[in-house]
Amino acid sequence: MNGIEIKNLNKRFGETVALDGVNLSVQPGELLALLGPSGSGKTTLLRVIAGLERPERGDLSIGGTDMLGRPPRERGIGFVFQHYALFRHMTVADNIAFGLTVRARDRRPGKRAIAARVEELLSLVQLDGIGGRFPPQLSGGQRQRVALARALAVEPRVLLLDEPFGALDAKVRVELRHWLHELHRRLGVTTVFVTHDQQEALELADRVAILNAGHIEQIGAPREVYDNPASSFVLEFLGEVNRMPCRVSSGKARFAGCALEVNCPGVPDGEAIAYARPHAVALCDGGEAKDCIGTVRSLSVIGLRTRIHLAYGEHAIEADIDRSQVAALRIVPGRQLGMRFGTIRVYPSKPAA
Amino acid sequence: MARETGIGESRTLRAALIAGSAGFLILFLVLPLAFLASEAFAAGFAAYVRSLGTPDTLAAIRLTLLVAAIAVPANTLFGLAASWCIAKFEFPGKNLLLTLIDLPISVSPVIAGLVFVLIFGAQGWLGPILSAHGIRVIFAVPGLVIATVFVTLPFVARQLIPLMQEQGLAEEECALVLGATGWQTFWRVTLPNIRWALLYGVLLCNARVMGEFGAVSVVSGHIRGATMTMPLQVEALYQDYNVVAAFALASLLALLALITLVIKRLLEWSHQGEIGSAGSA
Repeated sequence: MNGIEIKNLNKRFGETVALDGVNLSVQPGELLALLGPSGSGKTTLLRVIAGLERPERGDLSIGGTDMLGRPPRERGIGFVFQHYALFRHMTVADNIAFGLTVRARDRRPGKRAIAARVEELLSLVQLDGIGGRFPPQLSGGQRQRVALARALAVEPRVLLLDEPFGALDAKVRVELRHWLHELHRRLGVTTVFVTHDQQEALELADRVAILNAGHIEQIGAPREVYDNPASSFVLEFLGEVNRMPCRVSSGKARFAGCALEVNCPGVPDGEAIAYARPHAVALCDGGEAKDCIGTVRSLSVIGLRTRIHLAYGEHAIEADIDRSQVAALRIVPGRQLGMRFGTIRVYPSKPAA
Repeated sequence: MARETGIGESRTLRAALIAGSAGFLILFLVLPLAFLASEAFAAGFAAYVRSLGTPDTLAAIRLTLLVAAIAVPANTLFGLAASWCIAKFEFPGKNLLLTLIDLPISVSPVIAGLVFVLIFGAQGWLGPILSAHGIRVIFAVPGLVIATVFVTLPFVARQLIPLMQEQGLAEEECALVLGATGWQTFWRVTLPNIRWALLYGVLLCNARVMGEFGAVSVVSGHIRGATMTMPLQVEALYQDYNVVAAFALASLLALLALITLVIKRLLEWSHQGEIGSAGSA
């Protein structure tokens, strides 16, 4: 079992800082997601681990061995590229066998052994019988699995996946996500995958590292980072959230046009923003106990839930409620409703941002 | 089938346009070729074969094959190396290199030939040093090869660069991560991905090498049986009023062009996607 240790990694492309002092420790056998917006450095981090980019500073070791001085081919990496990068002129079987056939003669398995290994991998990724086809003849989901089988063929110490589901349509994406989760559980190989889709990261990973502007904002189990975001960036990135401007004085946030008061010990006095997720906003009749009164602007149905767009003062609030409540509360545009907030977090507004 | 389209040209205009272009093609492409063939065989097949069999003409054919055997591989290697650098790496001076590769196309071949005379000729920069060591470049085979290499330098590179840029680096990077050496990556991933475009470029390069007139005419010195390539020999024979021999040799060059076109068509037809966007131009 091989873990990955990364210390103080720095990488810049010209003037752009891609990695700004990244520290990360991936446990052996773990499935870790690198989550962040585009340009946050997540793909660069993956490529540095693989040896495809050379960092200016920092340390990288896999399974306790220093890796920075080694070329990619000596690192024991399985890499699945974003667009799979299948060798277009080779059959599926030759693609999968590639990593074995390029080995030095003394380490190369025999022809039969390679063929057997290819069969085994094809069946592992549930693609039996398509070994003779060429990449252009495959669907997106099939290509992704061929790329995975090719990466696994060399029995890598760590598996790296760059946006593994990015190029697939929504239905295939969900299927493959479950399948990959299952596969990881069976193989137990240390796996790092890059994604910009928080749903994907939270659902699939053992731990999620959230990257912002070249550094890791927070790392932890999905529940942990979702429930206790370390910064407003993490909070905003991990799902839809209402932003409510407020003013903090002596540990209490107050809102204009709203009777709500939130305790926020430790937040400095001054302008701040309070965050509440749409499902943490409950609606009630104007007469009941409430934090604030809002006017319904519009409704949109999302499956079993209904998204209510409200306004208080000049600010917009979105609430997700059960469809049954819509009828019970007779919600129509223009109606005034009480709002009660569940979890609400206050962070100081960023200076000049 | 002719169908009334929304564009709405009238039938007569269309007929006139088609007749016009067909007439133009016949006048400038088909007629000269037909005339060439008829002149070559004007004195009968025996005379055709005899005129090709004269020592000077045979020497010209041999020389052209020799020049092609050196210039085509040289430009293939250069084209591969240059397009690989340009498509797969970022380096300062890349745009300059791209521009330089196009230079031989924009410079008149005669001027290219003159430049080499000025460099390697008896009165040129390197002339005294070369003659001191007994090396003849101008008015000799090396000069013909150098001039030909210069003129045909862009053919392979220009064919490969757009394709390789389009294919990107991902497959190569993938091969490296999977354990391949740089050499294995080139032979097993890069080269197979460009093989048809490479063949296409080599073909065009070869056609130009064998047909090149301007630059080789300047550096050749027109020594019969020694420094005359096929196109030069055609001109010499024609100026000797040996029309049958001139057209017979010219028919060989025309045949080469036709064969090139047929292979080119076949490649385009069967491997369009792998030849790259420049292939259809």
